[in-house]
Amino acid sequence: MNKSERILTGAELLWECLIQEGVEVVFGYPGGANLPIYDTLTAYRDRVRHVLVRHEQGAAHMADGYARVSGKVGVAMATSGPGATNLVTGIATAMMDSSPMVCITGQVAATALGGDAFQETDITGATLPLTKHSYLVMNVEELAETFREAFYIARTGRPGPVLIDIPKDVQNARTAFNYSAEPINLPGYHPPEKASDEAVTTALDMINNAEQPVILAGHGILMSHAMEDVVELMEQASVPATPTLLGLGTIPASHPLNLGMMGMHGTACANHAIQEADLLIACGMRFDDRVTGKLATYSPHSKKIHIDIDASELNKNVRVDLAINADLATVLRQINPGIRKRKREAWVTKIAEWQKDASQRDILQMDSPVLMGGQVIRTIWEGTPEDAVIVSDVGQHQMLTAQYYAHEHPHTFITSGGLGTMGFSLPAAIGASFHVKDKEIWVIVGDGGFQMNVQELGPAVQEGANINIAIINNGYLGMVRQWQQLFYEARYTETPISSPDYVKLAEAYGLPGYRVERREDIPSAMDSARSHQGPALIDFVVEKHDMVFPMVPAGASLHEMIRRPHPKHATIEVGK
Amino acid sequence: MKQVLIVLVEDKPGVLNRIANLFRRRNFNIESIVAGHSEVPGTTRLTIVTDEEERLRRNIIRQDLLKLINVIEVVDVTEQPCIIREYALIKIKSDGATRGEVGALVDMYRGRIVDVGTRSLVIEVTGEPSKLDSIIDVLSTYGIIEIMRAGKVAITRGAENPADNGGLHLWKNSRGKAVTANAHKEGKVS
Ligand SMILES: Cc1ncc(C[n+]2csc(CCOP(=O)(O)OP(=O)(O)O)c2C)c(N)n1
Repeated sequence: MNKSERILTGAELLWECLIQEGVEVVFGYPGGANLPIYDTLTAYRDRVRHVLVRHEQGAAHMADGYARVSGKVGVAMATSGPGATNLVTGIATAMMDSSPMVCITGQVAATALGGDAFQETDITGATLPLTKHSYLVMNVEELAETFREAFYIARTGRPGPVLIDIPKDVQNARTAFNYSAEPINLPGYHPPEKASDEAVTTALDMINNAEQPVILAGHGILMSHAMEDVVELMEQASVPATPTLLGLGTIPASHPLNLGMMGMHGTACANHAIQEADLLIACGMRFDDRVTGKLATYSPHSKKIHIDIDASELNKNVRVDLAINADLATVLRQINPGIRKRKREAWVTKIAEWQKDASQRDILQMDSPVLMGGQVIRTIWEGTPEDAVIVSDVGQHQMLTAQYYAHEHPHTFITSGGLGTMGFSLPAAIGASFHVKDKEIWVIVGDGGFQMNVQELGPAVQEGANINIAIINNGYLGMVRQWQQLFYEARYTETPISSPDYVKLAEAYGLPGYRVERREDIPSAMDSARSHQGPALIDFVVEKHDMVFPMVPAGASLHEMIRRPHPKHATIEVGK
Repeated sequence: MKQVLIVLVEDKPGVLNRIANLFRRRNFNIESIVAGHSEVPGTTRLTIVTDEEERLRRNIIRQDLLKLINVIEVVDVTEQPCIIREYALIKIKSDGATRGEVGALVDMYRGRIVDVGTRSLVIEVTGEPSKLDSIIDVLSTYGIIEIMRAGKVAITRGAENPADNGGLHLWKNSRGKAVTANAHKEGKVS
């Protein structure tokens, strides 16, 4: 045996592995099947922080939120059975948004596996389609290498969640601890790196000869750290860009060539540009149905280049002319030197026209006497520094946040995009607060979504998470109500939703709470919230029947947007 | 034409489950799947036949399989010269009166009678799937009791192992010693 090797239990070894991987914080919840892990935590407290969540879903979202702001792997922990199944929504959320995460579950003893023992759930089986990879560790000797592989898989290539299920007897078994420094040996896993010369030449040809090109800026830009490379391409070749929801912040909102978000609730300008483009350059995005609308009529005149690290995304939804399976930043660094400088005045002018029209019509009238969700979010934007981290939930307020909060910096907008998980924002922001120490964090959440994981106010207070919570309280499951209004003849079935008194709820949890009903009170409430060290909450009571415009109805073509009725002859009823 | 994939995987628990799950989740149809040890210790080789007709979708199936961590290489041999065989055990009704006649038929298909009962026969036959269809059709006149077909196995013609250019090569390199983190990152582009 090597002198430096120590004999450890599986449980101790687990903490050693986490320390080796640079893990600072673990979000978790104990139970029968992970007791050995928690018992040994005492000895590692000075090196790893553990946050006791109130529901395991919260643990998964916290790990996810932490991963999204830090780019590091987030770690969540739960016991077997119900603890493990409670993680599932959080795992699915991370999978859809390619968030690097390692989830560690306790399992009944390996000797009892398969016998339906108390709290036995086949969690590796249940999460098979929801994880990038998973392990059931049957032997303590394999534990350290499993951790090494799991972290490597979670953070490389297209990142994603990896689950490690550890039977209780494996946690108790002893072995020599040796954390190898050797390169990982996974014969079936080779994230691609660069594009072939041929692909680069073809791409350059397509870009240099296009008259009306548009860049589709996806989440992959963040993952690949390709922000500057994309902006270089935009500026050198005068190519406008439109981000996806998760691409917000990859290109500064203030950049003159940034068209704003694409898709269902994207800007009219971006959607028109996509439809009229003669070249789309898709960077680390996956042509989700929420951004393409009807596929048959999607960007009908364009040639398409798609660059993605995940080969299975290429030609999946949209057929492309050039598919490049490689790391985005690497590809752009191959392409950019060959870009011909162009001004493309005609195209840029055309786009400026659309932009003008959009800002007149779709941005909410700021002078409305009733408090509107959009106003609140706009005012939050005005009152926060541009590097503030905004964590939104899912619904109307999410789309309003995408529209009214101008994101200037990468990693400053966190939201559940692919899965659209209500209840994501509060725990995700708590998770983010363990990495973001010197910036403001704002949760923007609906009254529906806030009530889905409200229990996580517990750890927020206990850990002193420095977050500001803005509840956009419209008394409805607003986004569903919007669909009912537009497509179900305003039959509001089960969408009106009551709320507790949030100010009192805040008080009960031990954090300051404020209520705002008038526009002029927004800034002072914001000041009170942010001057408090630790979590604070503001209940913004807003117009109940507000709508998010523009909107491409599901299944319609991207240019067939429902626009906000012109202020002069408004037909959408407000304030009823 | 059916899509035929030759898939080399690590011999790890649950790999078949991952593959089957992938097909179900992505709404692809598996027509047959056959697995067995390959020539490389620690690996299994599968022949998977799907009913996907479209080229781009076929490529996505391949890429989705490659995305599984334990899958080393996937070669789509649909349009390559290769040998495809299937094996079947066929139990038919037959007594002393028809036994001789059946024996002659089975010979024509180069099959074998592997079990004789007073009222039944079990016939073993190997060949191209169409040959199996044909003998089953002929034997059905006697009354088929049970058929067990083993699914298609495929191998390419010629001296090469098609997996050698990709994952298998890396696997061979990596056995015993770890490959450096970047050695395998070249290739597999566009
Ligand atoms: C867990 C979950 N359940 C249901 C939905 C469907 N859904 C999408 S938006 C929405 C309404 C959200 O209401 P609220 O949180 O009040 O936000 P608002 O739309 O009013 O801003 C619902 C129910 C969902 N996305 N997630």
